[in-house]
Amino acid sequence: MSVAASIERKLTEALHPTRLEIEDESSRHHGHAGYQEGGETHFRVTVVSPAFAGQNRVARQRLVYKLLAEELAGRVHALALTALTPDES
Amino acid sequence: MSDVHDRIRQDIQDNPVVLYMKGTPVFPQCGFSATVVQILTHVGVKFRGVDVLQDPGLRQGIKEFSDWPTIPQLYVKGEFVGGCDIIREMFETGELEQLLTEKGVLQPAG
Repeated sequence: MSVAASIERKLTEALHPTRLEIEDESSRHHGHAGYQEGGETHFRVTVVSPAFAGQNRVARQRLVYKLLAEELAGRVHALALTALTPDES
Repeated sequence: MSDVHDRIRQDIQDNPVVLYMKGTPVFPQCGFSATVVQILTHVGVKFRGVDVLQDPGLRQGIKEFSDWPTIPQLYVKGEFVGGCDIIREMFETGELEQLLTEKGVLQPAG
């Protein structure tokens, strides 16, 4: 499974997002730290989910980081994250 | 590893605003670190930048200390505020300047 597919599966299962965008930005980081041939090293993820209600920014990101711990420990070098509730998006 | 945690605790206690980052404020080695440096500079707050690339123990230790897997990490008055995404969002909404002012580390503008 690709990293993007695995991110999508994990976030979908755990957060039931109303919106989920996963963008592979790796090609923009060619030659930078963490870049690997084949991409899937730099991602921008926007996730909108009712699961974030009542949680501050730090708690929301911690939740997503924990769900994606395996990816972050592996190939993923950078993850830019926006975590919103349906009301905020 | 607890030595590292003690050092971090001391550091964020002694310095009102601390940014753990890759590279230095003058020569950031990572886009996310560079963004936070730019924001703090723009806001006009004095901060201490700590280069985790100079110290593998610190690079790992700071992640455990804050239970936060990425760098940069900003601390204000001993409290973890967030990483690049959070600092950028807080800057855009004005919450960052509000927080820094409330914590007494930034003089209100004008």
